[in-house]
Amino acid sequence: MTALRSGPPTRAEYCAVALAECFRGDGELLANPIGTLPTIGGRLAKATFEPALVMTDGEALLVENILPVGVDAPEKVVAGYNPYRTMFDVVWSGRRHIIMGAVQLDAFGNQNFAFIGPPDKPTAQLLGMRGAPGNTIHNKTSYWIPNHSRRVLVPQVSVVSGVGNDRAASLGDRLSTFHHLVHVVTNLCVCDFDTPERRLRLRSVHPGVTVADVVAATGFELAIPSDVPQTRPPVDEELRWIREVIDPLGLGEQEVPNP
Amino acid sequence: MPVPDKRVTIDDVVASIRSGMTVGIGGWGSRRKPMALVRALVRSPVRDLTIVSYGGPDVGLLCRAGKVRRVVYSFVSLDSIALEPHFRNARQSGAVQATELDEGMFLLGLQAAAWRVPFLPTRVGLGSDVMRLNPALKTVTSPYPDGEVLVAMPALNLDVALIHMHRGDRGGSGQCLGIDPYFDDLMCMAAQKRFMSVEKLVDTDQFLRAGPPQSIRINRLMTDGVVETPHGAHFTECVPDFPRDEAFQREYAGTAKSDDAWDAFKARYLDVTETEYQAAVQS
Repeated sequence: MTALRSGPPTRAEYCAVALAECFRGDGELLANPIGTLPTIGGRLAKATFEPALVMTDGEALLVENILPVGVDAPEKVVAGYNPYRTMFDVVWSGRRHIIMGAVQLDAFGNQNFAFIGPPDKPTAQLLGMRGAPGNTIHNKTSYWIPNHSRRVLVPQVSVVSGVGNDRAASLGDRLSTFHHLVHVVTNLCVCDFDTPERRLRLRSVHPGVTVADVVAATGFELAIPSDVPQTRPPVDEELRWIREVIDPLGLGEQEVPNP
Repeated sequence: MPVPDKRVTIDDVVASIRSGMTVGIGGWGSRRKPMALVRALVRSPVRDLTIVSYGGPDVGLLCRAGKVRRVVYSFVSLDSIALEPHFRNARQSGAVQATELDEGMFLLGLQAAAWRVPFLPTRVGLGSDVMRLNPALKTVTSPYPDGEVLVAMPALNLDVALIHMHRGDRGGSGQCLGIDPYFDDLMCMAAQKRFMSVEKLVDTDQFLRAGPPQSIRINRLMTDGVVETPHGAHFTECVPDFPRDEAFQREYAGTAKSDDAWDAFKARYLDVTETEYQAAVQS
């Protein structure tokens, strides 16, 4: 077993807590974080303040116990079967909150991870549309950006895979109700869309990060409230869950190194 | 037992696929792909295929081998290597045309074909650039009082479907022993001609010794031919029979970096029979 980490919370642990906070209040939804730190955050939320969350083992099983990332799982407490076909039933019935990544994201939360450049001959073919159009139009969606920069937070995305607030609003009331962008968590800060136009707004900065740092790394005008708090630190119980159970190898720190 | 005999050879499967056809390939990413059949297609003279796939190395190999005119996909991934490098090269050089859809639209297209309806309605696609990239996609207005505008996802009608199962019988029933059956049954039901390769051909009465009735995902109404291809999903994952061959997959992915590397890979692993391939990967 690896030596348990000690000391003050790392930047990655702040990110994990901020990612967990995306799910606060969700209750009995399928929490579907994609990627290492989102998974740590999602499992942390279920382990602590959102125990009713439904979560997968990363594949087709719904498990109730809190699994570690990056190591062989202890026995899985299986409560359900959720192959890809069933996942679409979950998504289209609106009972999921996904955290996706983004290669590009604009001020309204339009997301691209499909490709960059002309459709017939892209300069960079990336993931493709995957499930982003359907996820965003039916489900709560949050985003995780481990490399907050002007290359990612751009004035205009090359292709819209995940639907942003301006486009959703143009689809009418019913669809706007299903569409719900929650938070954007980055390695620097947490944003939400709590402005009248539903544009990206700075919600908190991680310790060691200034508002000016965030502005300098963002390629569009971010809504900035007069008072920007610091991101909430992990409480002791959360640190114990992260260090002893969910991320014993410290994979979070590999994704977001401590400054 | 009165069971038809649908056993065919790999060559029989390839002989039924002609240039210009639309071929659906089962599995998901780099998981349970009918790779023995894909390798045989690579060796064959067919060209200008439209490939419909939850894409993995099947798509990359066929693109690199010059067999593909169009790919219908929502992603093409090797799972442990997120982006399929041969597919990326084909897209970035403009060598293949693309129909890029959402994963769920793809499911609905197959389902519509399977049910023989022209389209299925969905909200998926609205607001995203799926509509801009695929101008042939139309919307439909609900005839009921809600009047909602929905995407009319057209049927993805296939000429041929190729899938791979863990076990199958001579009648063409197939058993999935893995955790996720993916969409292989829909692939078959969306196609005119349906071929299933299996890791192991067994007597029908052996199915229930290996798994519960619900693991017999492919019934023989869905297939026209079955071929035993031991280790035929290699190098993709075929758990519980075998995991993905990550080292081999890295070698395959590395061949996207140079023509020389590809030529050497092709000579050793693709310009050979399936039996020779299996011997080469064992050595």
